[in-house]
Amino acid sequence: MSGVRVLVGTRKGAFILSADGARKSWDVRGPFFEGWEIYHVKASPVNPDRIYASQSSGWFGQIIQRSDDGGLTWAPVGNGFAYDGVAGTHQWYDGTPHPWEFARVWHLEPSLSDPETVLAGVEDAALFKSVDGGVNWTELSGLRGHDTGAQWQPGAGGMCLHTIIESPKDPSRLFVAISAAGAFRSDDAGQSWRPINAGLRSQGIPDEDAEVGHCVHRIALHPSNPDVLFMQKHWDVMRSNDAGDSWFEVSGDLPSDFGFVIDVHAHEPETVYVLPITSDSVHYPPEGKLRVYRSRTGGNEWEPLTKGLPQSNCYVDVLRDAMSIDSLDQCGVYFGTTGGQVYVSSDAGDSWETIVRDLPAVLSVEVQTLA
Amino acid sequence: MIRVVLPAHLKTLIRQQSEVALDIDGPVTQRRLVDALEARYPVLRGTIRDPATMRRRPFVRFFACELDLSHESPDAELPDEVTQGKEPFFVVGAMAGG
Repeated sequence: MSGVRVLVGTRKGAFILSADGARKSWDVRGPFFEGWEIYHVKASPVNPDRIYASQSSGWFGQIIQRSDDGGLTWAPVGNGFAYDGVAGTHQWYDGTPHPWEFARVWHLEPSLSDPETVLAGVEDAALFKSVDGGVNWTELSGLRGHDTGAQWQPGAGGMCLHTIIESPKDPSRLFVAISAAGAFRSDDAGQSWRPINAGLRSQGIPDEDAEVGHCVHRIALHPSNPDVLFMQKHWDVMRSNDAGDSWFEVSGDLPSDFGFVIDVHAHEPETVYVLPITSDSVHYPPEGKLRVYRSRTGGNEWEPLTKGLPQSNCYVDVLRDAMSIDSLDQCGVYFGTTGGQVYVSSDAGDSWETIVRDLPAVLSVEVQTLA
Repeated sequence: MIRVVLPAHLKTLIRQQSEVALDIDGPVTQRRLVDALEARYPVLRGTIRDPATMRRRPFVRFFACELDLSHESPDAELPDEVTQGKEPFFVVGAMAGG
């Protein structure tokens, strides 16, 4: 029977939540890596038993953990994230040059075709690749070495590379997003990159529509139509129909167009989910009501999804890697909050239930659909 | 035998809650002690010292015999009480008074 496995990274460890296809009764395992920040946990789409986890600490640095048995056991692999060549500088918050310094791995993106290959997005922003299951890491330095690199600057959470997408139709095409540099695309498997930020407008930078400097929070696409990208920017929900060459706003009637997460329905390429947050200074839902918004028209027209979600006195945040979608026939949607709740909708967002409600603050949620 | 007490996060990493006992031939220095520790537990590479510079990570401190040895030369010999196993060498996550 089909089932799902939800991989949850939190401020104090990782958790694995499992259920059959009904998604009503849940087995909760963890914490794994107790006390450590787990920024991201993600499985290989080729081998579902191969799972990678980013374990980090401001005191003790970065560890990459790997499981080859679906999360039952784990072993540390490589943590040698050395920038290629002379690291150089980027802009600091005050606009002065600041040396590139590795802090942590924000996001792990296993290859769509090879379980040994995985990409890592790190802070300070750079992209690393391993082709041996996470043991050794090499920087794809064409990204950080882009002509604009010295202009990149950190967002409020640091200068992190948090989104990595491999095009399902063209393995040489990669998309990444960096706070606060913007979105970038490679058409040669990560060797060279170009900014894809035309159409974005951002306050807080001298030139509102500059080539780089935009605080992109998340990008998502549907596998059947990888030229259509959806973006939750700091402010504004955006859409591109040309693989990022140009963007236009689809925030429409959202109560706030600030937020972190964005994702696409597994079977409906024009059905998109966001979770509005009040503002960049008020990181909780508008009016204290936790509402996912769904557009069935690829943006602009949004409906609130509230059934089963708290509609008063809710002051949690939902961070950029904390929403995921399964691919069961009745599409499931998942998200985790800084209050430690993980919610599931097994009917594409129409209604919601709590899987767990008292975890440490949730940093990331990824779901595996198991045969 | 050198006795080493690790902070909780690193005990979790090596899956051992008790003190670590190390045998080190020759002069016992911070550098040689951490080398031996990393040789025994490769997972600790990068967690105590920056893997590029091999310097103590900024938020890690070294204490022994009621002294803060964090800013001693990594090649200075450790106190006799540590080298003789009478006192442990503490690797500490820096948080004052915690």
